[in-house]
Amino acid sequence: MIEVAHLTKRYAGGTAVSDISFSVRRGEIVGLLGPNGAGKSTTMRILSCYLAATSGTVRVAGLDVFHQSDEVRRRIGYMPENNPLHYDMRVREYLKFRARLKGLTRRRSRERVDLVTEQCGLTEVSRRIIGQLSKGYRQRVGLADALVHEPELIILDEPTIGLDPNQIRAVRQLIKGLGGSHTVLVSTHILSEAEMTCYRVVIMYEGRILAADTPENLQKLMSSDSQVIAEIAAPEPELRECWAQMAEVEQFDVSASEGDYFRCALTPRDGLDLRPLIFALVRERGWTMRELTRNRHSLEDIYVRVTRPDEEDEG
Amino acid sequence: MGTWWTLTRRELAGFFLSLRGYIIIAAAVFLVGYSFVVLLVNLQREPTPMPVTEVFYNTQFFWLILLLTTPVITMRLFAHEKFSGTFETLMTTPVSDLQVVLAKFAAAMVFYVVMWLPLLPCLLIVRHFTYDSAALDPGTIGSTYLGILLLGGLFISLGCCASALTRSQGIAAMISLVFGASVFMLAWIADQLPARASWQGQVLACFTFFDQMRDFVRGVVDTRPVVLLGSLSLFFLFLTLRVVESRRWK
Repeated sequence: MIEVAHLTKRYAGGTAVSDISFSVRRGEIVGLLGPNGAGKSTTMRILSCYLAATSGTVRVAGLDVFHQSDEVRRRIGYMPENNPLHYDMRVREYLKFRARLKGLTRRRSRERVDLVTEQCGLTEVSRRIIGQLSKGYRQRVGLADALVHEPELIILDEPTIGLDPNQIRAVRQLIKGLGGSHTVLVSTHILSEAEMTCYRVVIMYEGRILAADTPENLQKLMSSDSQVIAEIAAPEPELRECWAQMAEVEQFDVSASEGDYFRCALTPRDGLDLRPLIFALVRERGWTMRELTRNRHSLEDIYVRVTRPDEEDEG
Repeated sequence: MGTWWTLTRRELAGFFLSLRGYIIIAAAVFLVGYSFVVLLVNLQREPTPMPVTEVFYNTQFFWLILLLTTPVITMRLFAHEKFSGTFETLMTTPVSDLQVVLAKFAAAMVFYVVMWLPLLPCLLIVRHFTYDSAALDPGTIGSTYLGILLLGGLFISLGCCASALTRSQGIAAMISLVFGASVFMLAWIADQLPARASWQGQVLACFTFFDQMRDFVRGVVDTRPVVLLGSLSLFFLFLTLRVVESRRWK
């Protein structure tokens, strides 16, 4: 559905995106992941025909976004960052206006507006003025706008930013429901979000693509040296001995915690999951355990790892 | 055509469903009303063979209204959309740049004409009370409004261009005011020129908007100013189009 080849975008001040290539298949939900300034929004703006690329080719549904931009725009539903809307219009009026702009006939636009209003849960606010709506509703209006002309490709730039947890969940559900029938490209800087909604994740950093894979594979890649934290009430020397003998533990660190508990930070060998082993051990010895967790890698760690793998080891 | 009309209607709603539009109209009505008072005072002092429209033009309020309102009308057109980000959602729908520029220009022109409508009753009142049908005939009104329309076209296309250049409405208004004042000064300089001048002077003499407008209020429709003002408006609209397109090659 999307084919990006050697895309570069230079601004007067510098390079936003440099020589990136990726492709998205029809029906996929793909996440563009990266910190602010990584070039996600620029990539999305080029895909949606708002900006032109400095070099490289971008094709959507086999059409060039620069030369056949009119055709491409018909096929794309785009929601920019911060979701700009006309705050002086009513929800229904706005969606109708947008549907008409996107080339729907009067009758068709009425049908589609009814449908997306329901789909996005906007029925009870359809007569309200957008400026008076809460942020969650505004976000849904933006989504409804992106969906109103039944686009093949939906591009959402940070759709969950600034929402409360319930609203985030609702938006994620909505995005998830779009997969299969629509192709969705969604940008975010929250790894767990990408993990939950996307089939595939493209990680961008400083205008380049660092990794592109399924969330599971990325997690696996990252968990290879993730620590397990266990808080156990047991005699300290015995604990140390246990960890030293356990072949799966590469490194360990035991420190006193409140009460009788000791906090053990264990690094596994070869990315093994130590948690079942530790649990079995504790049960066998009859110790008490009050916490057992695996440090999940945050997105930051991934950036650090992928951008500077050596430095992290030294640090 | 359908898309253009949708856009134009949206722009018109922006003018007429906001307080801003009515404030502009109120300001224009105040100035027209004030010029009406001045006009009546002038008429009382001495009778004149001039048509009422020319008496109105002589009060000089015409230029004040034209120079002050056009930047305020046009400043919002592109700058506000760029500032709020709706320009991005607009330009990612299958509309052409030309449709957007023409829709915004057309809506501003409609608003501008509506803003001038209160002048009409003032003229009719004078005509009614002077009991002189020669004071005002439909042709003169028509040519006066044609002049208003053509000069408005020039200043509004200029304002469109200024608004497309920036994200700030204030800056857009200032740019178009400065541009507008420059055009006005050009007309003023052209007016001061000696009758027989060098070729530069002759070129400059084309821009005697004062005299051209005086012709219109007298009921004289000369094709030269019509062509000049029309093509200048088209030129500024073309510039606006290029500025809007520039996001794709900048």
